[in-house]
Amino acid sequence: MSENLVVPTMAEMMAQGQTPEVLFWVGCSGSFDDRAKKITKAFVKILNKANVPFAVLGTEESCTGDPAKRAGNEFLFQMQAMMNIEVMNAYEVKKIVTACPHCFNTIKNEYPELGGKYEVVHHTEFLKSLLDSGRLTIEGGQFKGKRITFHDPCYLGRANNIYEAPRDLITKLDAELVEMKRSRANGLCCGAGGAQMFKEPEKGDKDINIERTEDALETKPEIIAAGCPFCNTMLTDGIKNKEKEASVQVMDIAELIANAQDL
Amino acid sequence: MSFLPNIIFAIVLIVGVGFFAKNVKKIIRNIKLGQKVNRTDHSSARWKNMALIAFGQKKMFTRPIPAILHFTLYAAFIITQIELLEIIVDGLFGTHRFFKDSLGGFYTFLISFIEILSLLALIATIAFLSRRNLLKLPRFNKVEMLGWPTKDANLILIMEVVLVACIFTMNGTDEVLYSLGKSHYVGDSASFNFTITQHLGPALFGGMSESALHVLERVGWWGHFLMVIAFLNYLYFSKHLHILLAFPNTYFADLNAKGKFDNLESVTNEVKLMMDPNADPFAAPANPDAVPAKFGASDVQDLNWVQLLNAYTCTECGRCTSSCPANTTGKKLSPRKIMMDTRDRLEEVGKNMDANNGVFVPDNKSLLNDYITPEELWACTSCNACVEECPINISPLSIIMDMRRYLVMEQSAAPMELNAVMTNIENNGAPWQYNQQDRVNWRNEA
Repeated sequence: MSENLVVPTMAEMMAQGQTPEVLFWVGCSGSFDDRAKKITKAFVKILNKANVPFAVLGTEESCTGDPAKRAGNEFLFQMQAMMNIEVMNAYEVKKIVTACPHCFNTIKNEYPELGGKYEVVHHTEFLKSLLDSGRLTIEGGQFKGKRITFHDPCYLGRANNIYEAPRDLITKLDAELVEMKRSRANGLCCGAGGAQMFKEPEKGDKDINIERTEDALETKPEIIAAGCPFCNTMLTDGIKNKEKEASVQVMDIAELIANAQDL
Repeated sequence: MSFLPNIIFAIVLIVGVGFFAKNVKKIIRNIKLGQKVNRTDHSSARWKNMALIAFGQKKMFTRPIPAILHFTLYAAFIITQIELLEIIVDGLFGTHRFFKDSLGGFYTFLISFIEILSLLALIATIAFLSRRNLLKLPRFNKVEMLGWPTKDANLILIMEVVLVACIFTMNGTDEVLYSLGKSHYVGDSASFNFTITQHLGPALFGGMSESALHVLERVGWWGHFLMVIAFLNYLYFSKHLHILLAFPNTYFADLNAKGKFDNLESVTNEVKLMMDPNADPFAAPANPDAVPAKFGASDVQDLNWVQLLNAYTCTECGRCTSSCPANTTGKKLSPRKIMMDTRDRLEEVGKNMDANNGVFVPDNKSLLNDYITPEELWACTSCNACVEECPINISPLSIIMDMRRYLVMEQSAAPMELNAVMTNIENNGAPWQYNQQDRVNWRNEA
């Protein structure tokens, strides 16, 4: 399958004198985490299918600094930010798409003051624009009538008020979108934000991802859709904890679209 | 002799308002202890926020039933001020129902409207008291609410019950007196025709002696006035300042997307210097006497003034805490407690200054550790649920983040796992120990 993926880097494109339409910011999770890499590949398959000229930074990409900033290390965050900005400005990047809401939020909101001004879109928004403009068409196919619930990532929803794009995509699959009791602006965190992903939780009587998984399971879903690699991990762990792996899948919106296309 | 009540009234009014003004000055001084932050841009968006969120209580309506009850109290509170205005005129000049002659039929409408709202406010108050004391809603019974905060909340509600009782006593007895032709207001009809007290007055006070009615009427009238003065002065000591501070608080609230955390300027300057190949590391600093910036916040003076305003504005409703993923899964963190602690510490600092001629004398205490523990700070997922929930745009999250900054940048006191993460980011550009050169290996993996 991998031979089908066309993933040029900015450096390779530049060497050929080409400029991509959009920079795909893969993020650390999308680059290294085995589960998240599948999301990355699913998104790339769609980009290839829709003939979107894109590029990645590859080895020139580095952590946006989000976990450092939210852990309180402003120094490390700003060093990361300025290095990334230097690289992107050198390539004259105008538009960025990313499948990680944390990277999305940081580059969109916190980079401009440091000199990095780009149009930044989340991959669900980007996919929706591909559909709206007719560059990509999907049929519900295998997801027709399936019960899918969407977990709002905090850094996409509350942080940036993006609630509709992912839902519109699920609806376009002819799936049955079911809402959790806490959704949209009231959505409950998966437990990973603010650098919690990388540490043990404080003492309490429950893990947050279990609480959120229970919210999701209450909707009796066949699929829990996520739009963030960290939420994906937390909810996948929650499903394993509840021993529901056989009946409930946790999938990224990009994977839903790619699978619907049999990509 | 007959001027005595007017003189007493004037003294109570002046002393009451004077004490309140003194405390307001204290609040302003304490808020100004905070760091500078510019929140005067985009004034039209700010006015709009204030109109919708403070005046229109837009965010309250995410929970409709308490919102309606709360709005009733709020409307009654505002409209009743008209009657208070009359009480002040009557009290100072010895008149009785001063507005009645000039307003005529509109006066009857106005007082009737006040009576109806007062009755609704009474119902709302009773509902609120039952919610706190009978239904025992979990968020009103969290650990930070034990003791004084719970008493404070009940005391305010009880004051409201007394205030409404005074209004009905005042109008009810006056109605009976008026029908007997004995009211201090001289008129030629048989009733004031106020919607509620034209019935309630005779029902409760009919048959009483004229002198008893006159005494009760004065009890209601003075009671109303004294409750208002007492309430005004109680505000400073209670959690109830939101009735005033919600307005500036929503005006000065952060307008940016909730996901945008501020970039510390002091850090930007240092990082730029570090990354500038032409920078002279041995150059003398531009301002050698400048105190090196402290990174993050360990005490209230390190927070910005809007965060301190937030602390005074918080009315401890606990919506933040009831939506906090950390708190609802049993962790120690409670966003409401962050706000309460910030205010308590700020008050402590203020009292210290009062006792030392306006200068803060270090007391070996700080907001960090003495009030807020690192365990609370590290439990936050930065999910913004508390900020979203706050009906008046308070941000507990911004305080948590500033305190984390202090822990990490001044004390290197991050949890061990996070130190490893930061080392990884620094060395290989990812929170995990992967080589940056392997970042695009995925494109070749099956």
